[in-house]
Amino acid sequence: MLHYLNKPLEATKTNRRTFLKMTAMAAGGLLIGGMISRSVGPAMAEANMEEMVTPFVHISPEGRVTVIVKHLDMGQGTATGLATLVADELDAAADQVGVDFAPADAEVYKNLIFGMQGTGGSTAIANSFEQYRMAGATARTMLINAAAEEWGVSAADVSIENGVLSAGDNSATFGELAMKAAALEAPTDVTMKAPEDWVYIGKSFPRVDIPQKSTGAVGMFGMDVQLDDMLVAVTARSPKFGGTLASFDATEALAMDGVVDVIEIPQGVVVLARATWPAIQGRDALNIEWDFSAAESRGTDQLLEEYRALAQQPGLTATTNGDAEAALTNAAQVIEAEYVFPYLNHAQMEPLDITVLYDGTSGTFWTGSQLQTIDHNVGASVLGLDPSQVQINTLWAGGSFGRRAIYDSHYTAEAAAIGKAWFEKTGNAQPIKMIYTREDDVKGGYYRPMHVHRVRAGVDADGDISGWQHRIVGQGIMIGTPFAAFAVQDGVDHSSVEGAADTTYDLPDFHVDVHHPDVGIPVLWWRAVGHTHTAYVMETMMDELAEAAGQDQVEFRLAALKNDPRLAGVLRLAADKAGWSTAPAEGRYRGVAVHKSFNSYVAEIAEVSMRDDGTVKVEKVVCAIDCGVPVNPDNIAAQIEGGLGYGLSAILREELTLTEGEVDQSNYYDYLPLRMADMPEVEVHIVPSTEAPTGVGEPGTPPIGPAIANAIYQATGTRVRELPMSKAGLA
Amino acid sequence: MTQFTVNGEVRDVEVAPDTPLLWVLRDELQMTGTKFGCGVAMCGACTVHIDGVPARSCQTMLGDVAGAEITTIEGVNSAAAEAIQAAWAELNVPQCGYCQSGQIMSATALLAETPKPTDADIDAAMDGNLCRCATYVRIRAAIHRAADLMEA
Repeated sequence: MLHYLNKPLEATKTNRRTFLKMTAMAAGGLLIGGMISRSVGPAMAEANMEEMVTPFVHISPEGRVTVIVKHLDMGQGTATGLATLVADELDAAADQVGVDFAPADAEVYKNLIFGMQGTGGSTAIANSFEQYRMAGATARTMLINAAAEEWGVSAADVSIENGVLSAGDNSATFGELAMKAAALEAPTDVTMKAPEDWVYIGKSFPRVDIPQKSTGAVGMFGMDVQLDDMLVAVTARSPKFGGTLASFDATEALAMDGVVDVIEIPQGVVVLARATWPAIQGRDALNIEWDFSAAESRGTDQLLEEYRALAQQPGLTATTNGDAEAALTNAAQVIEAEYVFPYLNHAQMEPLDITVLYDGTSGTFWTGSQLQTIDHNVGASVLGLDPSQVQINTLWAGGSFGRRAIYDSHYTAEAAAIGKAWFEKTGNAQPIKMIYTREDDVKGGYYRPMHVHRVRAGVDADGDISGWQHRIVGQGIMIGTPFAAFAVQDGVDHSSVEGAADTTYDLPDFHVDVHHPDVGIPVLWWRAVGHTHTAYVMETMMDELAEAAGQDQVEFRLAALKNDPRLAGVLRLAADKAGWSTAPAEGRYRGVAVHKSFNSYVAEIAEVSMRDDGTVKVEKVVCAIDCGVPVNPDNIAAQIEGGLGYGLSAILREELTLTEGEVDQSNYYDYLPLRMADMPEVEVHIVPSTEAPTGVGEPGTPPIGPAIANAIYQATGTRVRELPMSKAGLA
Repeated sequence: MTQFTVNGEVRDVEVAPDTPLLWVLRDELQMTGTKFGCGVAMCGACTVHIDGVPARSCQTMLGDVAGAEITTIEGVNSAAAEAIQAAWAELNVPQCGYCQSGQIMSATALLAETPKPTDADIDAAMDGNLCRCATYVRIRAAIHRAADLMEA
């Protein structure tokens, strides 16, 4: 799959001058290096300060604090999160703090968990928590040292409150001291605040992006890039994955007003136009013959039959514990169930887009880049340049849910191919914005993979779980990608079995195996990845077992969670807040699910009613989350609300199908996301904690499906094991 | 040439009259606050007001707005819009923000027509605006909040 990448990934470093130019900071001010990460070796530690600085904070002479964000903000609030960390250590006033996205520079801006620059797996705050606080603390120390020198007082006597330094009768703003602070030796004795001194962390800090996002600000998103002399590119790609171009006739397209040219690249046929509308119309006017001889031509019905057959055969062992078969033989009751999960499209609101500018010796890209290091290397490789000649300008992204974190950087590669072909054909160094239409995005692959699960699980005469045999069939997302080294072991792709194989339920006789069929449909992580299907199976099966055991669904789970107090803790909290011990109102039915993902613990209790037409109305969801130190509680609540909304959307109506290799859906009229009227009331309770912060972007998604399925069972007596629920008339 | 008014300013545009207003705003007038989400009037990201009425600009042809008064997210400044934008900030409504121009245009039109909307009014008025971040809980709360702000 990595055919675009001709050489190994390398850590690339934007030089300092480029960095200053890019972030428009050449005007002067205090550019703060934060903590040098622990992974930096002694050579780095001995280098001079100019080399050592890892630029995370800039303070202008006007007193503006700019936090350099190494991650992508696709709505999950990471830019605000990192600003919160820096502002807190600095004791800055909230309204003097802004953000800027960092350039692609794997050495300085790597995700400390990934080892490359990138955002995903709900790791942004987890990996940045110390790094950005230390950056803020360093800036604070330098400002205090500058004030002490200026006023002839001891640094210990200088304090900062709400963006103002003071000692006795002296006071100064950050801006007044910024230049003096920048000239000082970098401090070596920097300490971060004690948690009891935090002013924003765990309390509140306003989102930094609200004003722009509420007023239609210019140039925030990749789709909005407008550069002088820019062309817009729309590509016709094979309607079957793996198909290739046989021939094409562009006569009609070329005759259209606004169409500038039509070119061929390995990915397809590209219409270049002076604006978006003629580019779209021109693409529609192309006459193309495709060669499908090497294409994936199976449909999802056929794949499902194959998956079901595979689910009858033993697969590769993901985990095994005790003797599941023997325990099942001894069980008093055995439940056997098959589950089907469809392919899902991310359907983020901003279709994919990227702007490229190539002049023969350098390349620049503007896009909501989520794995900057891969995009950078792939972009350079396709342009035939060294990564040092290539810049990635990361922009705000109009959603991602995983879609922009692409192991093969396919759309960056495509834009690079267009930029290169155009320059070689015309000699014009001209910016080209390549956009996907909604149809391109829906039909463009990189889906949450379809999965079939087959489970047999039992309880003994005492109501204890007796054997759990769990088989999973689905494409492995990471197989054949740069992530395989740490996510694929003995042929088992962890992203297919996470949430099942690593369950913390006490299951003495437990076996999970997996088949990864070879299918030519590109697949990708989709908000919460494997947990999107494993949690559904684990938590609906636990409900069935609780019923078989004649026990309360919460008590039954708590008994099996004796080794996971934090998961048990959120379950108790949600049950308490939802009034689990009392019956719901007439016509209301409750279902519960609890699941750990991305190192966070979430319980959700859904309350549903059934409409007269047999569809489900989710009335209310009560959530409890334990994500360690809650850096920005309001954003955590927002992510849980949105995360469960995203999961709810999927289980109700989302399904991506193919017929003879071609995607059946096109746009939001046949791929159906959640709308306002289906969104329940949501209550989020956050467990106070001093543990290290963990993920919040994804963990809200997995429990909602099973919580609702369990509630529907209470209402109707039907177990929903095939998604989406609309197939059973429930939505 | 087609002439119309955008945010109080008279504009002349020289593209084909069957060009969607969305692309005229974004590409010809460089007003990119109005978003492209689907192109088929199913997501509402491109919502603008035409003579005060909310409309999907991706399915409105340039030729049909000759002489009309268009208001976009960049220019909306009615009392309802100010209340909506204030409530959006107070409740931290946006996540990715891509749909929010359209949400705000629809919500503003709702409040102008129905100063005290019920949940059912909100469901009906906002049904055409998708939000993949599912900020719906906060959109609903912010519309109610804006209604209170306007009353105050």
